[in-house]
Amino acid sequence: MTTPLLQVKNLRIEFPTRRGTLVAVDDISFDIAPGEVLGVVGESGAGKSLTGAAVIGLLEPPGRIASGEILLNGRRIDNLPFEEMRKIRGREIGAIFQDPLTSLNPLYTVGRQITETIETHLNVSKAEARERAIKLLMETGIPAAEKRIDHYPHQFSGGMRQRVVISLALAAQPKLIIADEPTTALDVSIQAQIITLLKKLCRDHGTSIMLVTHDMGVIAETADRVAVMYAGRIAEIGPVSEVIHHPQHPYTVGLMGAIPNVGDDVERLTQIDGAMPRLTAIPSGCAFNPRCTRVSDVPGDRCTTERPSLLPAGKTQAACWLHDKNRTSAAGVSKETSHV
Amino acid sequence: MSDSKILLEVRDVAREFDVSKPWLSRVIEGQPEQILKAVDGISFTINRGETLSLVGESGCGKSTVARVICGLYKPSRGEVIFDGVDMAKAYGAELQNLRKRFQMIFQDPYASLNPRWRVGKIVAEPILSHNLIADPAALKKRVDELLTQVGLSPLDAEKFPHEFSGGQRQRISIARALSSNPEFLVCDEPTSALDVSVQAQILNLMKDLQREFGLTYLFISHNLAVVSHISTRVGVMYLGRLVEVAETKRIFQRPMHPYTQMLQSAIPDLKMTGKQRTPVAGEVPNPLDPPTGCAFHPRCPHAFERCKVERPILIEHPDGGQVACHAVEEKRISIRLAA
Repeated sequence: MTTPLLQVKNLRIEFPTRRGTLVAVDDISFDIAPGEVLGVVGESGAGKSLTGAAVIGLLEPPGRIASGEILLNGRRIDNLPFEEMRKIRGREIGAIFQDPLTSLNPLYTVGRQITETIETHLNVSKAEARERAIKLLMETGIPAAEKRIDHYPHQFSGGMRQRVVISLALAAQPKLIIADEPTTALDVSIQAQIITLLKKLCRDHGTSIMLVTHDMGVIAETADRVAVMYAGRIAEIGPVSEVIHHPQHPYTVGLMGAIPNVGDDVERLTQIDGAMPRLTAIPSGCAFNPRCTRVSDVPGDRCTTERPSLLPAGKTQAACWLHDKNRTSAAGVSKETSHV
Repeated sequence: MSDSKILLEVRDVAREFDVSKPWLSRVIEGQPEQILKAVDGISFTINRGETLSLVGESGCGKSTVARVICGLYKPSRGEVIFDGVDMAKAYGAELQNLRKRFQMIFQDPYASLNPRWRVGKIVAEPILSHNLIADPAALKKRVDELLTQVGLSPLDAEKFPHEFSGGQRQRISIARALSSNPEFLVCDEPTSALDVSVQAQILNLMKDLQREFGLTYLFISHNLAVVSHISTRVGVMYLGRLVEVAETKRIFQRPMHPYTQMLQSAIPDLKMTGKQRTPVAGEVPNPLDPPTGCAFHPRCPHAFERCKVERPILIEHPDGGQVACHAVEEKRISIRLAA
C-alpha cells in the first residue's frame, strides 16, 4: 500500500471558554491516499469544518489543537511556525470555501489574485504566471479566459466565481485540496457542473481532496471514501458505496433513511428523534446513545459509560459497540475499568 | 364554502418590481426605467387536500408567488381566487374570514419568530388577532394543545425562541400557523435551513398534520428530493414562468420540458446507479434582461427559430400534466425514461 498523503492522528480541537473547555473535535484519526477523494459528512456542529481548518492551519483562536498530529507526506505540519505554514498553504494544500464571494478579494481582478498565488509559490516570471492563470481559467471552463482574467469578482456569476476559486486553489499545483462545502451556495444545475469539474481536475492532476459537506448526494457523486462525523467524532468511515448501501453505525443508518430520494416511494422518512448534543453537554460513552434505538442490544450499560473506538464492521469501520466481536468478555473488562 | 375540488386558483398572476436607479441619477445618466418581472403571468390550481410544490433555481420567482398568494405583495396583474372568492375584491370582514383560513411557514426559523416574545404569546397571536378565543383559560388550553400536536411540551410556552434549536423553532412556526385552524398552508422553503435528520422530522410532522386536519399545502423548495417526497403535484418554474406542471411521479420519471429534464439529471445520485446524465450547460440569464420567446432557449439543446420569437404557453399533454415547450408540442423531443 502506498504511504498516505495526509495522516491525521488522534486530533483533538478545544475551545477554552469562561464556562470551561469545549471539545469540538474529539480524538479523530483518518488518512487520505494520493489522488483520493475523502468525503467528510455530518450535520451542523459535527466538527467537520473545524477538522478541515485544522489541516490547513487556519483554526481561528481561541480554537486550538489540544493534542494529536497532522502529517503531510510524513512531515508534521500542525506545530509549524506561522511563516512555515504559510509556505505550505497554497503550495501543498489548496482551499475552496463555501461562499465564493467572500473568498475572493473584491478590490483586485481575478487575474491578479491568481498570478499572485503562482508568483508566491512557484519560481516563474510575471508573463509566465499570467499565461498560467489564463490556462487555469480555461481549464475550469471559463469562457473567453483572456478577457475575463482582467475582470473583478463582482462581474462573475456565482457558478463562475466558484470556478475562479477552484483555479486559485489549483494555481500552485497542490497535492491536497480542502474543499469546505464547495457547492452549498450554488443552485442544483450549477452544483452538478462544479462537481463534474472538480472530479475531472483531480483526476487530471492527481490531486487528493478532503471534501467537507453536509450533502450526502454530493459525497455519493464525488468521493471514494467517506467519514461520517457526529458530535466531534467519526461515527463511521469506509468506501462510499458501502457506507451508503450497507451503513453499519445506527447513526449512519438513520441518516441514510432520513434523506429523501427521488424515485423512492416511502410514506415516512426514517426519523432520528432529538437533536445533536450541544458541545457543553456531550453524553458520556457513545455520544449518540440518547438518540440511538439499539442501545438495548448491547449488553450492560456500555453505550452510556464507555466510548467506542472505530471497530471493523462489514466493509467499513464503525464506532459502535454492536460491532465488538467479543462482546461478552469485553463487557466484563469494561465493568472493571469503570469501577477504577 | 363551495364544494368545488379546487381550493386555490391562480390566474395569470404577474408581479413586477421597479429596480430603477433614483429618478435624478436616471435622468442624468439618460437611462430608462428598469422593471424586474419576478413573476411573469403564471396560472395554476391547487385541489383540496393535496400538496403542490413549486421548484426552480434562485431567482425564478417561486417565493414571490408564495408572497402574492398570502397577500404580502399585491399582484401587478392577474387574480388569486381562494375558495371561489377573488382575494383582491374581498374587503373587511370577508377578507378577515379568508385570511384566517390560510397561513404561512417561512424558511428561516431564526428570523420569523419575535425574539422578545415568549413562545406561548407567539403561538396565541393568530388566535387573538382573529378573535377566535377570548377566554384566557381556554386560550392557554388551546396553545398547550397546539404545542403538543407539533411535538413540543406545554411547558415550552414559557420559554423564549432562543432557547430552542432550529428544528424546534420550525415546530413553533408550524404551531403558530395551525393556531387559527387554517385549511391552507403556504410553506416557503420550510426545511432548507435545517439538517437532514431534523428535516426528516419536520417533513414527517407536516405529512402527519396534513392527514389529521386535511390540510392543503403550497410547498416552495429548491430541493428536488424533498419535493418528490412531499408533493402530489409539482410545478417547475424558470425565470418567472411555469414551464411544466404534472403529478410528482410523472415529472420525475418522465420529465418532458428540457429544463425539467436538466434539473432532474442534476440531482445528485445517492443510489450511485451511474445513471445517464443530460449535460448541464449554462446559467440562469439575468432576469432584468430575459431572452425573447422561450426564456430557456439559450440553454436548450432543442431550441430552434420558433423558440426565439414565440413564447410557449402551458398546454395539456396527452400523457398527463401541462408543458410549455414548442419542441414537446411538435413532438421533436424523445421522452427519456428516468432510470
